[in-house]
Amino acid sequence: MGEVTLEQRTKDAFRRLAISELPALYALARSLVGNDAEDLVQETLLLGYRGFAGLKEVSAGGRWLKRIMLNVFRDELRKRTRTVEELPMNDIEGFSLYRTLVDEDPLPYSDTLHADFLEAFGKDDVREVLMRLPEIYRGVLVLRYIDGFATKEIARVFGVPLGTVLARLHRGRKLFEREMWTYAEETELLVKG
Amino acid sequence: MTETHDAIPCSEAVRQLWDYLDHAIAPEDQEKVDKHLSFCRKCCGELEFAKELREFLASKGAGEIPSDVKDRLERFVGDL
Repeated sequence: MGEVTLEQRTKDAFRRLAISELPALYALARSLVGNDAEDLVQETLLLGYRGFAGLKEVSAGGRWLKRIMLNVFRDELRKRTRTVEELPMNDIEGFSLYRTLVDEDPLPYSDTLHADFLEAFGKDDVREVLMRLPEIYRGVLVLRYIDGFATKEIARVFGVPLGTVLARLHRGRKLFEREMWTYAEETELLVKG
Repeated sequence: MTETHDAIPCSEAVRQLWDYLDHAIAPEDQEKVDKHLSFCRKCCGELEFAKELREFLASKGAGEIPSDVKDRLERFVGDL
């Protein structure tokens, strides 16, 4: 029986890690870049494979792979948009989805209007809404509220001050709320029920 | 002595609700929001909805991987 080399063992360990993390990596990539998710996962895996020997704790491998993905995402973002344009808050600051639902009352027979509104959204609808947001806001929103990254960690990943992350989260939430309402109206989501 | 219990209007309380839930605001601002919520039912509704929306994002934001994509990516890993 041939001896298993260290290189082979490393390769096998990476494959096990990569395959176990595929669903989480793909989900994150889908939220970040939509239809380009598969490419982003492939690039992440390639870079992960090259750097795997340097990973000290394989148990932290999932988080490590996600950080690699975020670095790729950040670099792509920087390549495409030399200067990041923050949206002015003026037009969205006053928007409240909670209040809009009370005022518009789109489900007049509901006793639990807000919960029923959210219930009408499937996973695909949520992804559609997220994809409508500018990438700089979508990125922080996904990392904080879907993947549970701490705001300090997000600031580190994107190489921006913590205050910038908090401001983008604030704008991102407002935009997300407004887009949920617009999406529900445009697609007649509540009528389809 | 520093005043930490100044009243804030609804617009200010609502603006800070998610950061309040994240504990991402200064303790004195946290106190101001607490105080506002103690008497404002409308903002309590906003707070409850912000909580629901956070849970909603966490549960519905993460998608699943289609089987054909999974197969392709597994082959990609195998070829590394």
